[in-house]
Amino acid sequence: MLPIAWLFLGTKAMSEQTEFHTAGVTKKFMYVNRKAPYGTIYALEILEAVLISAAFEQHACIVFIDDGVYQIKKGQNTDSVNMKNFSKTYGAIAMEKEDADEDDDIDMVWRIIVEQESMEARGLCADDFVIDVEVIPSTELAIIMNEQDVVISG
Amino acid sequence: MIHTVNKSPFERNSLDSCLRLSIKGSPILLLEDGVLAATIGTSVSAKVASAMSEHPFYVLGPDLKARGINEDDIAEGITVIDYGGFVDLVVEHGTVQSWL
Repeated sequence: MLPIAWLFLGTKAMSEQTEFHTAGVTKKFMYVNRKAPYGTIYALEILEAVLISAAFEQHACIVFIDDGVYQIKKGQNTDSVNMKNFSKTYGAIAMEKEDADEDDDIDMVWRIIVEQESMEARGLCADDFVIDVEVIPSTELAIIMNEQDVVISG
Repeated sequence: MIHTVNKSPFERNSLDSCLRLSIKGSPILLLEDGVLAATIGTSVSAKVASAMSEHPFYVLGPDLKARGINEDDIAEGITVIDYGGFVDLVVEHGTVQSWL
């Protein structure tokens, strides 16, 4: 988990300059993934932000909508396009979520959600993804989105 | 929560996704190429008109102006705001979801 290690170094350097009173502050973050991977940088940038939120033990809903559902499709092989296959990192995120779910000392609720309409429109089903997801219809997802403190989207 | 749409409805599905995933009553601000959704007599005008029964709609004036769109060509019921109005909306509604 290189990005997290980098982040800790980064925050240490930053705290010498500026005081942040964020200890014990937990917010509800939603990460909205709406773009397919590799064509643009959006997917990778959001993944970086998700890893940061793990380092700070924030609540997170990681959501896949529209072409974003392709980010976690099984069977990705980027060998011949010279890019990192970051769908594997979502496996690490799923493990992080499991750890948080099992550890009573970690006050961090993570959900990984796929919008049902987007999934079905692309002929996909829950078995097509590299991680376990909650498949939720748009009407329900709209309510969850409305309850967030911060929404980061791409 | 306030929703913003900055892509043309003729090129992307951002507006459709916004309408599908926003709860009734939450405001929608059209900006940048998203302002094109506010114009009358287009293939998406009917969709926007029906969505207006569930959401207050706003459109960013400077982006209309930049694209040569006259305020007379904006659908009735959509409020034209400036940058200050944008800030006021965000302050009032808190969390922003940008449909990029």
